[in-house]
Amino acid sequence: MNEWVARFFGLGAVGAPLLLLSTFGLATFSDRKLSERTMARLTASCVSYGLFSVVAMFLMMLWTGDREVPVEVGDWVALPAEDFHFRLKFLFDRLSVPFSALTFMLVGVTGAFANRYLHREPGYRRFFLYFAVFLMGMVVAALAGTIETLFIGWELVGLASALLVAFFHERSAPVVNAQRIWTVYRISDAAFLIAALTLHHLSGAGDFAAFTGSGPWPQSETVIAPGQAFGVGLLLLIAAAGKSALVPFSGWLPRAMEGPTPSSAVFYGALSVHLGAYLLLRVSPILNASWLLCACVVAIGAASALFGVVAGRVQTDIKSALAYASLTQVGVITAEIGLGFRYVALIHIIGHACQRSLQLLRAPSLLNDYRLLENALGGPIPHVPGVTEQRLSPETRLRLYRIGIDRGQLDASLDRFVVRPFVRCFRWCDRMERGWTDILAGRRSRPPDHARHRHLDQVVSKATSPPIEEPS
Amino acid sequence: MSSMRFPWLELAIILPVLGAIWVKFRRDPRVARRHALAITALTLLATLGAWADFANLGTRTAQDPSHPLSQFTGRDLLAIDALNAPLMPLGALLNFLTILSTLRTKFREFSLPRTLISESILLSIFSASTSWGVVTMMALAVVPRFLESIQQRQPSRVYLAHMGLFVILLVLGEMGVSRAATPQEQPLWAILMLTLAVLLRGGVVPVHCWMTDLFEHASFGTALLFVTPMTAAFGVTRLVVPVAPTWALQIISVMSLITAIYAAGMALVQRDARRFFCYIFLSHSSLVLVGIETATPIGLTGSLSLWLSVSLSLTGFGLVLRCVEARVGRILLTEFLGLYDQIPMMAGLFLLTGLASVGFPGTAGFISIELIVEAAVQALPFVGPLIVIVTALNGLAVTQAYFRIFAGRSASSSIDLRIRRPERIAVMITTFLIIGGGLFPQWGVTSRYHAALQLLAERARVAEAARPAPWPAPPVAHVRPAPPAGSGGRQR
Repeated sequence: MNEWVARFFGLGAVGAPLLLLSTFGLATFSDRKLSERTMARLTASCVSYGLFSVVAMFLMMLWTGDREVPVEVGDWVALPAEDFHFRLKFLFDRLSVPFSALTFMLVGVTGAFANRYLHREPGYRRFFLYFAVFLMGMVVAALAGTIETLFIGWELVGLASALLVAFFHERSAPVVNAQRIWTVYRISDAAFLIAALTLHHLSGAGDFAAFTGSGPWPQSETVIAPGQAFGVGLLLLIAAAGKSALVPFSGWLPRAMEGPTPSSAVFYGALSVHLGAYLLLRVSPILNASWLLCACVVAIGAASALFGVVAGRVQTDIKSALAYASLTQVGVITAEIGLGFRYVALIHIIGHACQRSLQLLRAPSLLNDYRLLENALGGPIPHVPGVTEQRLSPETRLRLYRIGIDRGQLDASLDRFVVRPFVRCFRWCDRMERGWTDILAGRRSRPPDHARHRHLDQVVSKATSPPIEEPS
Repeated sequence: MSSMRFPWLELAIILPVLGAIWVKFRRDPRVARRHALAITALTLLATLGAWADFANLGTRTAQDPSHPLSQFTGRDLLAIDALNAPLMPLGALLNFLTILSTLRTKFREFSLPRTLISESILLSIFSASTSWGVVTMMALAVVPRFLESIQQRQPSRVYLAHMGLFVILLVLGEMGVSRAATPQEQPLWAILMLTLAVLLRGGVVPVHCWMTDLFEHASFGTALLFVTPMTAAFGVTRLVVPVAPTWALQIISVMSLITAIYAAGMALVQRDARRFFCYIFLSHSSLVLVGIETATPIGLTGSLSLWLSVSLSLTGFGLVLRCVEARVGRILLTEFLGLYDQIPMMAGLFLLTGLASVGFPGTAGFISIELIVEAAVQALPFVGPLIVIVTALNGLAVTQAYFRIFAGRSASSSIDLRIRRPERIAVMITTFLIIGGGLFPQWGVTSRYHAALQLLAERARVAEAARPAPWPAPPVAHVRPAPPAGSGGRQR
């Protein structure tokens, strides 16, 4: 393919979200408020242009028969004498083209939906700003040709996700849940970054071709030894598990439903939740190098699917039920990747993302849909006993119900065995430090401010409040 | 050593001193603030002029053309090289931004003349061409805060104990090192003292309590300006790196890493915003030291880049906290303050500066962290993952504080909390530099790479001089080795 044509379409696909993000970002910091209509039109235009670029690139690839088209942006940072290069490179192949096209399509649809859904909402602008960050992150991650580039997109998606979960920040629950999600994402990011640097160290470059082989996806073969592949692969699996809410990180997925419905649909029904699976697909040549690693991937996928089924069945709100349904499918997709069915997994991702985002977008009108259905049927929807009711004993069902309603105690275990010891340890250190400083200073350190402020407020309000007038 | 076209360095140092005297006698605080702002802006221009002039000369080191100071003292006291060229504008910018974002309510506790004097001392530290110059100015830099504590009747024992020890160790260490006739005769105890001194100044665990005490009691602006330019890191590069043996650097590296992890954990459990900021800063400044002490070109480049980005981003972060504090009083992180709706721009800057400090993609710190981790993985394989974990923990602490301060139901306020114009300008400048440095990092990284090479060359030169001769050499005692022509490094 002509290099200039590839660059035109390739950079167009990345440039459109970048333009959108820059415009919204500048508007936010310059305090110049864009109207809702302008924001919606800009989003639609940039998403359309991005989709057009990807589709055009796809058609060009079909026309020329190229299975892989790299688009080099160049070195972002280079120290040639030290052989340090941070390259920005995008890759259009059988994996990235469908995934990026799916991204543009679903973001466009959800953006149009959100434009009406959030009309005159106080956080309208904020939503679309974070949405632009998400789009940028997803497109960069999908089209990344180097692992560092993928990491950039990965981080942007995580940030947008956490901020959108805390969208309704007047209430404490969304904020607390957003912080929890961000915590899991940071663990996932740390694992990813360590894996990326290790791969960089092992292969001498961050280019996917350097460690997954030079052939087109998914036929390429890695040059990394099986032992090393297992170590790095485990780190990548942790990263993927964090991002896709696989076991043992599944607890955050229903919490993420605190965000507005459009973001829930596009993040946790469609795109963000599949990013972990996408990463595993991208590094699948590394998985091929170690059967033990593949077994781990299958095990985690199967466990997540099973957990999703058990927990999803007992949820009492539609968004949580859909979240666990998503988890079930993502678990199955992960198992498919571990078993070596790459194309099946890719098609599964596309189909599941489209169906789940539609379900989530319909979720607010579920009761209306039920009413219409019941009206059409002329009575309540008949209850058909499921497999569990037919095959399992009441004791087993009760046990499964408890596991499901407690969400497998996953969050509680993490809290008990990781978070609590950590916090206790550092709070103890804090007390010791304060004590030591008090001894050195020869006086007690500053009292807790909330107590002081409240006391002052009370004093001030008593002093300044006008006396109650006697009724004449 | 080449001469610049204009005495930028002396101008940058003298301007704030004269300005301090001028501002001292302004009665109206608003006029005083305006004049102080103009003086810091002129100082910033002078430092930028020095940097541009130095870059145009293309030499390793340069000095002022006319020598009033050197004629007075009999030797060159000020010089600019690849290391300090961007540090001086950085120091001036931090002062400019701090004064710019100071609201009227803070004038009583935040002294403008003292700040200008501190700025002059800071620029003297950065531009000192001799080790004794650096030592003297670093010792002098602790005085303004002490004077503030006396004037404001704040507790100062913790600060005094630590800084007193710092000055003693620094002076004794430097005396020991500079008395040695040749590099191989430099006593170990002196190097150790110097190292301890700069670690103490940097707030390495377990001698870091002075920093929490400082943030708890001093005015926020003073505390910020005392720590964010990271003069301890400068002390390490100028005083320790050229003379310390490799094992000593590794010990320092491990201690800094422990501090970074410890401070990151502590930042997560803090309930007071000032203490939280202190630990976040401590964690990041320790990461800078970890990179410096890898003593490899990539690690040093990463560290020097991180130094600039952390200084800038955490000053911005601290200034936002200070602006919020000016509106609602001391900030408690156990409650949701709900300030987003009133000051959304501040919220944006808080998040941006916080994420920039932890090396989020697209901000100035991203490439720096990558470089440090890359170097650490090569030097000590277990260090790389630990640095990544530190940045992950710091990222958590930043968002936790963000949510605590800006999320929640907004309380109605009887006063207008919206952002003021000077604050808006400070926000725009900081944002521009953080995003600009993040999107176009090559220029900055190249500049820091040259500085790193210069530092390593200086270290190699000292190591070469310290290597014992293969056969008995002629007596050279009491003959000081002359620095090579054009050397911008350590001169005694």
